[in-house]
Amino acid sequence: MFLTRKIRSISFSGTLLFTFLTFYALLSVAPIVYIVNTAFKSLSELFLFPPTFFARHPSLHNFHDLFFALKLSEVPFSRYLFNSVLTTVITIILAVLISTMGAYSLSRMQFPGKDLIFSVIIISLMFSPEAVKITRYLVVTKLGLMNSYAGHILPHLSIPVCIFLIKQFMDQIPRALSEAAKIDGASEWNIFTKIVIPNVTPAIGTAAILTFQLVWGDLETSTYYMTEETMKTLPYFVQTLTSGMTTVVARQGASAAAGLLLFIPNLIIFVILQKSMINTLVNSGIK
Amino acid sequence: MNSVREVTRPIRMKPTGKWAVIWYDMKQNKLAYLFLAPFLLCFIIFILVPVLSAAVLAFTRYNSIETPQFVGLHNLIVMFTEDYILMKYVLGNTFKFAVFVGPVGYALQFFMAWLIMQIPERLRSLYTMALYVPSITSGVMMSVVWVVAFSGDRYGYMNNLLLTLGLIDQPIAFTQSSYLMAVMIFVTLWSTMGVGFLSLQAGMMTVDPQLYEAGKIDGIRNRLQEVWYITIPSMKPQMLFSAVMAIVGALKAGSIGVQLSGMNPTPYYAGQMLQNHIEDFGFIRFELGYATALSLVLLLFMYVINRVCFHLLGSKGEE
Repeated sequence: MFLTRKIRSISFSGTLLFTFLTFYALLSVAPIVYIVNTAFKSLSELFLFPPTFFARHPSLHNFHDLFFALKLSEVPFSRYLFNSVLTTVITIILAVLISTMGAYSLSRMQFPGKDLIFSVIIISLMFSPEAVKITRYLVVTKLGLMNSYAGHILPHLSIPVCIFLIKQFMDQIPRALSEAAKIDGASEWNIFTKIVIPNVTPAIGTAAILTFQLVWGDLETSTYYMTEETMKTLPYFVQTLTSGMTTVVARQGASAAAGLLLFIPNLIIFVILQKSMINTLVNSGIK
Repeated sequence: MNSVREVTRPIRMKPTGKWAVIWYDMKQNKLAYLFLAPFLLCFIIFILVPVLSAAVLAFTRYNSIETPQFVGLHNLIVMFTEDYILMKYVLGNTFKFAVFVGPVGYALQFFMAWLIMQIPERLRSLYTMALYVPSITSGVMMSVVWVVAFSGDRYGYMNNLLLTLGLIDQPIAFTQSSYLMAVMIFVTLWSTMGVGFLSLQAGMMTVDPQLYEAGKIDGIRNRLQEVWYITIPSMKPQMLFSAVMAIVGALKAGSIGVQLSGMNPTPYYAGQMLQNHIEDFGFIRFELGYATALSLVLLLFMYVINRVCFHLLGSKGEE
């Protein structure tokens, strides 16, 4: 109808581009569809040759295996899941809070050293903390954070991209609002929570999604900072599950199920926040 | 900080002199620091201190048990003269990977973002999501797929496909041979449409439509000219942001080869990159001094390439 007419009105090259885009989109999604299907395959289907793409008789067998049957160590699957959920939730809340507070300070207040601090943050955008993982590891051990939840959480709290995006977004909000409140005698904290935060929710959502992606799939803290199996997180568990997996077909199902569990929260959060993410990134420019 | 306090204490009453004025200003803005403090503290401890201590540790010999021993430029000399794995495989691999994932990936992001802007608006968010989804999968999760897809026997999808098409007559051990690099690049490009891609798309949305109208009057004949003369100049800030993301993403990668092949070092060093080399020396051989020297080189790479991008896309003086 309207849609097809619109597409038809585009020239031949337009159709070609549209086809290409669709093909690319399918290519992007296919591996994920595959994981979903494998996760729901029954054991007999996993052994089929040639391997099938879609699950014909979906079953929850793999999830059952994952939660109750599969024992890689003495630690049950639920423990990894618990660790992951706990550390991720706390990290997101704290990281977003301190980034927003910092952004507020950098965006709305004048103080000596402000420009220096902001340019250091810009420069740190160009580095990745992964590059200095050895000295980071030394810092974590020296602080005695090994084998503690703090070791999962603290290293992920300062994310330069988050404070940068929130600050850029805040710069676009008219100052008149907060200045009016100031004249009415509102405290700085009240202005921050009642006026500024409600106006920068898209940026906060984006920071939350970026933090989530960073923490939820992170292997670094589990691999290097945690020596006790009970302190490790879900991605680490999935990694032990998948390494050397080629030889063990039966494990593919459980791995896919675990992979799916890793992925679903990501997807849900992105679907909810997609719009605010684009709105935030409009202001992402570095000048 | 101490020296500042000493200078200012006698003249705190009326601030004159440079440091005194700054100190007075700082006290006036206590609240600003208070707001910034939590972030700054974490930033200093977990980013700044590691970077700065890497700059020191890089000139020492350190095995994590004995105290670091200053050795001057020894690590650098070893790097250039004795570390033949670095020279023969790692640098080449990192370069190859970075070129494909960096510039090629960036161009792909730009092209796809542009394509999405050409389709009707109601379809945009659907396509954006389809393209963005791979980037929110974690490497660990996807290894489930890639290990099966590229497995070295005939059960692997890729081998199966190529065998059926008659292009090969023996299964290829993709992840255990020199093909590993190609698989790594493919897998990374697949998930390249991340924040940078969204930022580019957002940048394209900000371009004033009137500019295109004006461009047509001024004699712009085709889409390519439109992109080159109007779109790109209007969205340089967003392009710079996503370029920074692309560069860091390309150079920090390393775990992908290990995840695909299941070992570090990767088979025949086919997918060995600077990050793996650092891990190899740092966490497997415990030559921490040398490993930090390597990470310092990596940081330097990142910084220099980013500076080049700032030079190309930055808009100093404008606005």
